[in-house]
Amino acid sequence: MLETFLEPFAYDFFVKAVVVATLAGALCGLVGVYVILRGMSYIGHGLSHAIFGGFAASSVIGVSYVLGAGIWGFASALAINRVSRSHRIGADAAIGVITTASFALGVALLTVFGNRGPSFDAALFGSILGISSTDVWTLVAVSVLTVGVVASRYRALLFATFDPEVADVSGVRVARTDALLMLVLSLAILSTLSVIGVTLVAATLVIPAVVARMLTHRFATMLWLSTAIGAVCGLVGMNLSYHLDVPSGTTIVLTGASLFVVVLTLTGVGRLGRTQTRSGTPAVL
Amino acid sequence: MSPSEARVTHPEVAPVHVLAPATELVRAERAGVSYGDTPVLAGVDLTLRAGDFVGVVGPSGAGKTTLLRLLLGTQRPTTGTVRRAPGVRVGYVPQLETVSWNFPVTVGECVLMARSGRLLPWPSRAERADVAAVLERLGIGHLVDRHIRELSGGQQQRMFLARALLRDPQMLLLDEPTSGIDVATRHDMLHLLGHLHDDGMTIVLTTHDLNGVAAHVPDLVALHGTVVRRGAPLDVMTSEVLEQTFGAPMDVLQHLGMPVVLDRHAPGRPHGA
Repeated sequence: MLETFLEPFAYDFFVKAVVVATLAGALCGLVGVYVILRGMSYIGHGLSHAIFGGFAASSVIGVSYVLGAGIWGFASALAINRVSRSHRIGADAAIGVITTASFALGVALLTVFGNRGPSFDAALFGSILGISSTDVWTLVAVSVLTVGVVASRYRALLFATFDPEVADVSGVRVARTDALLMLVLSLAILSTLSVIGVTLVAATLVIPAVVARMLTHRFATMLWLSTAIGAVCGLVGMNLSYHLDVPSGTTIVLTGASLFVVVLTLTGVGRLGRTQTRSGTPAVL
Repeated sequence: MSPSEARVTHPEVAPVHVLAPATELVRAERAGVSYGDTPVLAGVDLTLRAGDFVGVVGPSGAGKTTLLRLLLGTQRPTTGTVRRAPGVRVGYVPQLETVSWNFPVTVGECVLMARSGRLLPWPSRAERADVAAVLERLGIGHLVDRHIRELSGGQQQRMFLARALLRDPQMLLLDEPTSGIDVATRHDMLHLLGHLHDDGMTIVLTTHDLNGVAAHVPDLVALHGTVVRRGAPLDVMTSEVLEQTFGAPMDVLQHLGMPVVLDRHAPGRPHGA
């Protein structure tokens, strides 16, 4: 049994994949706390699709897809945040309009000019074999940056997330803080796409944070818990991916979903109410 | 501390840096705000000076919260001007209805948000002591580790007041601080604000509670899209001004020198007609 479990660790590509999946899960778990508390659970889904448009555009132009898709995703995130903060339309509607338009533009560009870049199938569903050394180092760099931002801007991020108007009055530069969070979120999605895939990255942002919220009512504890849950889901999910021969994004998300069901069963449906935001919608997809 | 400031203390409330009396803090001139094509405020002339204690009354939709936002600077006027004195520390207590009560913060974490300038995530020993002291002073020191949703309406108001006071503000603005709380707690809240004002803090609050504000606040503004009247309670709480402000007939009696507002009874008119 143990032998079977350890067997894939003999392969370098698998060790690399496990490290990346664990780190990707932790990163998404950490950033996901802010995503669900801002009532923007759908943003992961939307941004990953927007970034697909960036993939296509960078492929057509012939620039690095990490740079092109990163800038594209950040611009989309800023646009979503700006529109939703204006209160003219809700965040869900802003995400729906901006990201689907970006996705459609990406499809149109690929149709007209053809795909000259990396495999988009891997980008859509995640792949153990598709993880390059560049992916690993990009993810490490983004993780270090994210932890640095969360640690150094912890109080401003918390205040701007909880009560942006009072935060503004109290000296927090809310617009700048929001932009910083959107940058980190875009980079987190971009750097985890190779292992999780466009279609499932949203779940890795939301599920660990929702499970953590059901287990604690302290913000600092929620950050730690969500990060740890995301890491465990990445680790377990990647192992399952190898043994079941199923795309890694799928098994990582299913591991998280199983954990969600277990915690929901143990703590009761009432705890799910904790994840409701001002709009009254629970933060599960 | 500037030369015009002095530090005073009160046995019951926080020490306050007070500004020289009558220093002009905010001046709105012909200020108006529209959301799209909908005007909310128009032609507002209002000056706030250090030491003012102002209660803004008016019906729902009169523009009370928008007026506070103009004074705070979070809302720009679409017409006219609003000038604020630079460097004035402002505390703001929002309406309870605007807060996401499922947010995972304890009372202590919420109050500590006022100290957002520190880079380290965890509180210093001095910060912890400051939070404990301000909560203790407001009578909710024992609730520091409770989740914010577990508090009563009055305790929630005090928690936000504690967060505002932790900034040692010179001007304090409160949006509906007497809503959602019982009569005794409302009395305590207004009494507490009176003490803060006695110590030199400039205070502006909005409320629907006409009699409570008339009994505790010396300077009232009747608002209905614009300033209908500003003055002492006996000048503002008149049948004429209240009818102009609220669009409903009201009678005003005097009791111990204070105005008491009553809904006018229309003989022979059934309820709901």
